[in-house]
Amino acid sequence: MTAEVWITGIGLVSSLGEGAGPHLAALADPAFPPVLDRDSFAPCTIHPLPALPFEAQMPRRDLRQMETWQRLGVYAAGLALDSAAAKPLAAEIDLMVAAGGGERDVALDQAILTELAAVPEAERPAWLNQRIAGGLRPTLFLAQLPNLLAGSITIVHGVARSSRTLMGMELAGADALRLALSRVAHGGSAMTLVGASLNPSRWDELMTYGTAGLNWQAEWLPVAQRPAPGGICLGGLGCFLLLEEAGHARARGATPFARLAHVGTGMAQRQGQDTATASAAGLLAALRDRLRPGAAVLSAASGAAATAEEAAFLASTGAGPARFTADVLGHGVEASFPAAIALAALQTQAGLAPQTLVSGFGAWRGEALGLVEAV
Amino acid sequence: MSQTRAIAVTGIGLVTPLGFGVADSWAALLAGKSGVRPITRFATDNLKTRFAASVMLPAESGGRFVSAADRLHAYAGMAAEEALAMAGLGGRGGFPGPLVLGMPPIEVELPDRLALLARAETPDYAGLTTAAVQPGLADRTLMMAAPSRLAARFGTRGAPISLTTACATGVTALQVAMEAIRFGEADCVLCISGESSIQTEALIRFSLLQALSTRNDSPETASRPFDATRDGFVMAEGAACLVLESAAHAKARGAKPMGWVLGGGEFADGFHRTRANPDGSTIVTAMQRALDDAGIAPGQVDYINAHGTSTPENDKMESAGIHAVFGATPPPVSSNKSSIGHSISASGAIEAVFSLLTIRDGMLPPTINYTTPDPAITLDVVPNVARAARVQRVLSNSFGFGGQNSCLVLGAEPESGAP
Repeated sequence: MTAEVWITGIGLVSSLGEGAGPHLAALADPAFPPVLDRDSFAPCTIHPLPALPFEAQMPRRDLRQMETWQRLGVYAAGLALDSAAAKPLAAEIDLMVAAGGGERDVALDQAILTELAAVPEAERPAWLNQRIAGGLRPTLFLAQLPNLLAGSITIVHGVARSSRTLMGMELAGADALRLALSRVAHGGSAMTLVGASLNPSRWDELMTYGTAGLNWQAEWLPVAQRPAPGGICLGGLGCFLLLEEAGHARARGATPFARLAHVGTGMAQRQGQDTATASAAGLLAALRDRLRPGAAVLSAASGAAATAEEAAFLASTGAGPARFTADVLGHGVEASFPAAIALAALQTQAGLAPQTLVSGFGAWRGEALGLVEAV
Repeated sequence: MSQTRAIAVTGIGLVTPLGFGVADSWAALLAGKSGVRPITRFATDNLKTRFAASVMLPAESGGRFVSAADRLHAYAGMAAEEALAMAGLGGRGGFPGPLVLGMPPIEVELPDRLALLARAETPDYAGLTTAAVQPGLADRTLMMAAPSRLAARFGTRGAPISLTTACATGVTALQVAMEAIRFGEADCVLCISGESSIQTEALIRFSLLQALSTRNDSPETASRPFDATRDGFVMAEGAACLVLESAAHAKARGAKPMGWVLGGGEFADGFHRTRANPDGSTIVTAMQRALDDAGIAPGQVDYINAHGTSTPENDKMESAGIHAVFGATPPPVSSNKSSIGHSISASGAIEAVFSLLTIRDGMLPPTINYTTPDPAITLDVVPNVARAARVQRVLSNSFGFGGQNSCLVLGAEPESGAP
């Protein structure tokens, strides 16, 4: 027998701003025009972050130690703790973060690309060593340590009972939620703060997804309307949720946004019979008894090739029509599935949907299904 | 603590700078050998540190570039093959449980960047991004590629989990694997942790944190945990695999566990991004939580497999923390890193395997390069020579950048006092 798990805290920040208001309004409008930046990373389009009052959640001295990805995550984590009135309990909260690589010094990278042409071939290795070692600010661009978002959340907010960072694109975000849900449901944690953040204004990220041909480089279109093979438009996204055992929440008088009833994940190789649809069908089997006909559907589909497959799969479930979160948020990679769960919980709390099926087929691999219900 | 909380280990596999495989690695460790050598994989001109404990693959001969992602796959794959053969489980690519993988972050490495630059229309990120679409490149640049390839190769079930908690990664992976079994979500887990970050940029990043030894004139003596003249850690590579099973699953298929994971504990440190709280208070909590989870008292620990990185800060802090938990006369403490360096993401798992071998063979591996005692460290560090001892339970410590502190308790048997 496992315990019921509630979402008692939500911190959500995107190109639309922060909190329930702008996000629910955007989801409710099928023709909502997203916030786009077509020029800064052309030919890629991104959904840029607005200016955010980071100092409301972290001291200036900490702010200076972090690049945008970490600031955004620490900020969203603080909002989640505040919304759950849980900051005083931080030392007893477990932390689960989904991260991509730590940020690189893109300005240094760019300078090297420009200067390298003038360096004779034979001298390049020694020149590169000197240029990188001399140019990198040691404490800021720690691409080797993706766990420093979690580390910064511990430093700034004091979340300390345990700290685990998952990697692996969209699936990392979904699995962070799955593991956190399991741990709370089985009594391994009373409260787990779980989430991720993505800074879209990063050439290094765009280049990495470029290696798999995942970037959408034509005029922006809603994700389900992008012709094959589609592609992603990165979106700035910070999302953290506080998962709490229901009895623990009741005892301290915390109000739930919603119940996180289920998260399941899989990874098809997407070759031959091992399709994303088959993987998702396996995940759906675990929900069959629980999923109600006409349940609301939020899809964190990326816009890449699997989006068409995900749309077709969702249409076959008997649930309601799908709303694609990336149409308003852009693709938040690690943060995309947690954000879709957060949006489902906000819709639930607003009385818009008693039950929401949340799905996410990763841009390259990884499939996830979640179920959010009214308490 | 009930027996069902202990997790059986039925297979182990190792790739270390001392050798490919458990037998070679363990024999060299007990013999007090060093796996630290000058770096030959890439040019080290103008670098402050020019040595490491690399694991060189045959495919790298002649200076051929093999990416960190491909090396991770190779090391992790070898360790897993060995562990699965020992466990007699999951042959022919059909492991009946999930994969939990501890790994370093993967990125588009310098040689690949330069190759993209050569193809790019403009020498900038826009040019590189447009030139980046190349068959096969994503397999060594996407973070999800390594777990996906390993999951496919070994036929593990469900989505593979990949974790990073810096220097504590190997222990975190084992904790997540242990929880999957304790929560009844899996009967067995293929738990692998690998490290393959000895590449130019990663070396420079750690060097700039002033974390690395610069003893370039004597690489094999550079890793000297607890010694008064220690000056930093030595980057290392390798992988370890542990096949974990519930006691019931192992028993049902007639598998004899070679050891047990009795418990784990963790606590995050909010002191500083890349430094631990020097008073050791955080690691004390992590050690105590591990002992509590295992259901044992400090006096029941026979040996401590230290984090022991050879940095001035860690070893002093760890010594203080051990004394706080174990009192004036703690059990013997040694650091495998003196021989194999610090294989960041893999070290916790490699040291868990060495801890199980310590129990199995009754031999404490030495802390080599211990020549000048540090007056601030009053531990029995098993200096320089392996020692025979009866060992029933080991505490293995892993403390990492980002305030990560995780400890494991390993044992010969599930706790005998259990109900």
